[in-house]
Amino acid sequence: MATGQVIRSEWTKIRSVASTVWTLSLAVVVTIALGMLISLLSKNEFDNMDRADQLSFDPTFISFAGMSLGQLAMIVFGVLVVSNEYSTGMIRTSLAAVPQRGSFLFSKITVATGLALLVGLVTSFVTFFLGQAMLGEHGAYIGDEGVLRAVIGGGLYMTLIAMFSMGVAAMLRSPMLSLGILMPFFFLVSNILGNVPATKKIGRYLPDQAGSKIMQVVTPVDNDTPYGPWGGLGIMMLWVIAALAGGFVVLKRRDA
Amino acid sequence: MIEAVGLTKRYGDKTAVYNLSFQVRPGSVTGFLGPNGSGKSTTMRMILGLDNPSSGQVTIGGYPYRKLPNAPRQVGALLDAKAVHGGRTARNHLLSLAQLSGIPDRRVDEVLGVVGLQDVARKRSKGFSLGMGQRLGIAAALLGDPQVLLFDEPVNGLDPEGILWVRNLMKSLAAEGRTVFVSSHLMSEMALTADHLIVIGRGQLLADMSVQDFIAANSAGFARVRTPDTEPQLREKLSTALAEAGGHVLPEQDGALRVTGLPLPRISDIAHETDVRLWELSPHQASLEEAYMRMTQGAVDYRSTVDQKAGLQQPLPPGAQPQMPVPGQGQPGWYAPPPPQQGGQPFAMPQGQPGQPAQPSGPPQGPYGAPVAPAAAPNPYAQPAPAAPAVDTTKPKDAR
Amino acid sequence: MIELEGLTKRYGEKMAVNNLTFTVRPGIVTGFLGPNGAGKSTTMRMMLGLDRPTAGDVRIDGKHYDQLKDPLKYIGALLDAKAMHGGRSAYNHLLCLAQSNGIPKKRVQEVLDTVGLTPVARKKAKGFSLGMGQRLGIAGALLGDPRILMFDEPVNGLDPEGIHWIRNLMKSLAAQGRTVFVSSHLMSEMALTADHLVVIGQGRLLADTSMADFIAQNSRSYVRIRTPHRERLLDVLQRAGVTVVQTGNGTLEVDGGKSERIGELAAQHRIVLHELSPQQASLEEAFMQLTAESVEYHAHSEAPPEQPRAWGDGWRKES
Repeated sequence: MATGQVIRSEWTKIRSVASTVWTLSLAVVVTIALGMLISLLSKNEFDNMDRADQLSFDPTFISFAGMSLGQLAMIVFGVLVVSNEYSTGMIRTSLAAVPQRGSFLFSKITVATGLALLVGLVTSFVTFFLGQAMLGEHGAYIGDEGVLRAVIGGGLYMTLIAMFSMGVAAMLRSPMLSLGILMPFFFLVSNILGNVPATKKIGRYLPDQAGSKIMQVVTPVDNDTPYGPWGGLGIMMLWVIAALAGGFVVLKRRDA
Repeated sequence: MIEAVGLTKRYGDKTAVYNLSFQVRPGSVTGFLGPNGSGKSTTMRMILGLDNPSSGQVTIGGYPYRKLPNAPRQVGALLDAKAVHGGRTARNHLLSLAQLSGIPDRRVDEVLGVVGLQDVARKRSKGFSLGMGQRLGIAAALLGDPQVLLFDEPVNGLDPEGILWVRNLMKSLAAEGRTVFVSSHLMSEMALTADHLIVIGRGQLLADMSVQDFIAANSAGFARVRTPDTEPQLREKLSTALAEAGGHVLPEQDGALRVTGLPLPRISDIAHETDVRLWELSPHQASLEEAYMRMTQGAVDYRSTVDQKAGLQQPLPPGAQPQMPVPGQGQPGWYAPPPPQQGGQPFAMPQGQPGQPAQPSGPPQGPYGAPVAPAAAPNPYAQPAPAAPAVDTTKPKDAR
Repeated sequence: MIELEGLTKRYGEKMAVNNLTFTVRPGIVTGFLGPNGAGKSTTMRMMLGLDRPTAGDVRIDGKHYDQLKDPLKYIGALLDAKAMHGGRSAYNHLLCLAQSNGIPKKRVQEVLDTVGLTPVARKKAKGFSLGMGQRLGIAGALLGDPRILMFDEPVNGLDPEGIHWIRNLMKSLAAQGRTVFVSSHLMSEMALTADHLVVIGQGRLLADTSMADFIAQNSRSYVRIRTPHRERLLDVLQRAGVTVVQTGNGTLEVDGGKSERIGELAAQHRIVLHELSPQQASLEEAFMQLTAESVEYHAHSEAPPEQPRAWGDGWRKES
């Protein structure tokens, strides 16, 4: 079976359902709008901040503040792309057409990842420029050291979050179960673990905590994170690989 | 007794049901037939007071459903097997229905037993198969021991044992003097179950008569005659004699003759006169399906066309002949003709013509593009000869 | 050709399919029958490589399903009408299947025409009725113009015109030399469609025979006779050693008899016959006979005529 055929087929699948459009546009809109709003608020607050905060003020990272909500839409996208197959019964038709399950999953993930990467990068750049426009004189420039890396990293981060969700959905199969676990985890649990001192050391190895380091340009004052921006992204990638491998094993082993 | 008078339902400018008048009488099973989109479900919903008629009315025992005193004890209905809260157990579903209409709890266990769901009574119904859901729906219909029962496609999803059970259940309910009104798409099933038929098409009444009359009115019966295989000349002799006597004789694939236009005793006499020995002389009646198809031609929504297969440049499979006649029931054709224009009499009964529908462009070619079988095509399936599902048990009119 | 060899599927303790061996041959319609829970669906899913057999083997034209290159060109299956994404249009559903197997795009339009869904091709499948969903599933099975076709309960939800159409479609596919394998609960429908039967119950093979043999082996066949010379015929038949049953309505029945022999006897003695028709029980009766032991949900069907009255009365007295 030519993988090209399957990839084309998966592209038809992904572009022909409404959930693709609404999840991705929600991710774009939320990330940009919230980023702009918080950038604007930060600019107005800047003069009231104390000296330390002013010194570690990271205009790039601030403009990506919308990511915390926008990533939830990316999670929904990733989950639905995979688990829709199961919840609708389409999986039986799909696997009868493409019995090589590895090829099936690879094509699906490839197409969805490509789309997420495109949307993620566009979102990231737009968010950055609009955010900096809001910040005015406190803003950063794309040519500043580390900024371009952070902006591209923002797109990669969104893509990896979607991929991680695809892997989890491939393991769990049910959209409700997958969303029920992923949404509260990324919205609440991970933040709590990452901010409570007792669990901070473990929390920072979670995929979103580690991955989001790529969007930081200015290192916080009391930074003791044992990895850098690319190291963080690498940790996130390990999570993604683990999730996708798990999903692949489940798909391969279990009856459809 | 269900009585509809001038029943009409419009949705915007589409008329779903137009001026329907009929009675469903107690003591027999009345089948309700019609193509998809003919207004069957709308009619059922109006009978149950779920939809309001645009004009006209339908009553049960003299009352419109909504004014019926204690309706659940008078009317039971199976409309849609999936109209059940999936999170509830089968027993709780029925209990909640029973409590609504003051039916004692033990009746719930009775009906669960009747439909064979006692073992899964405490399982949530969302885990049920279509057939189990159907049984639960039937249990709900029986709950109030009603005199009037409505079933919409009751055998959907049931296995053969279940189908037989539902058929016997409906017959026995009717035998007790209840009114049983059942819609179905399965003609062969209806032929075995219903005594009386109400047929609608495009929202209008097409027929309201007994099953036997319906078949007799919409199709021709025939006789199957077999002469000794060993002496083909006898067959020729008899064919000629029958044709001279005014019969219409066609050969069947297994060498028998299909004779129309002559009663059985007459055929027997002619055989006697010409000294032809008979090996078989059986009366056959067309199936309910054939009769139905003739009547409702032109009242169907989704039609199929010939598979052109232009995109697949595969050679014909070995042994396949591109112009093979369809070995199906001779008529109507595999690809039924397009609906006639609106406005005229849509259901004029074409007598034995349905041969040449407007084919989609070009001659039908390729393996699927088999031409429509000529109406008179001899074929092995045309009559359920030995393996017949029993429509032909009706006594021939001409045999005394 | 589909070949099953010792096919077995176990779910925990339960044997869903137990050592099934049979071959589905080309050129005929093979019916696949069995009560609910007999293992029909599991068997069909294993044929398509969706479920992994616990033991045994299924081969499609000699190959395992996952060794087929572009499987839709070998075997087309209608498994269940709802095995599709409701948010996708009929056209896109078929298009993604076609692309995955390298089937040209225009073939999609053709199969839509074939099943009569062209007018709704751009509508989302979730708005489809069961019958329309079924037609879309059939379109998917025909897409690759496969040599083998498999249909699970194909007439579900179809109206009489649709039932008639699918029946003739299956027959003509078989007549073209294709392999057609179809499961159904509708015995009367199967009797009109299938040439050969495979019957399973509780996961085991119960029968693998031609339709005619199946009915002959599992039910009574007889010849029904009407004649104006009843007494004379009775006399003749009795002298010839033929056992005759007299029925209430004036007809005679000869069990298992050959109509040829009776016709010859009547002719010898110049007895006029008004009917001489070989009768056979229906497929349904034969099926019931065979599978009586292996049904999962038994309704109270033992005494149907009396039962409803009895249960109606019980609680009415109290309330």
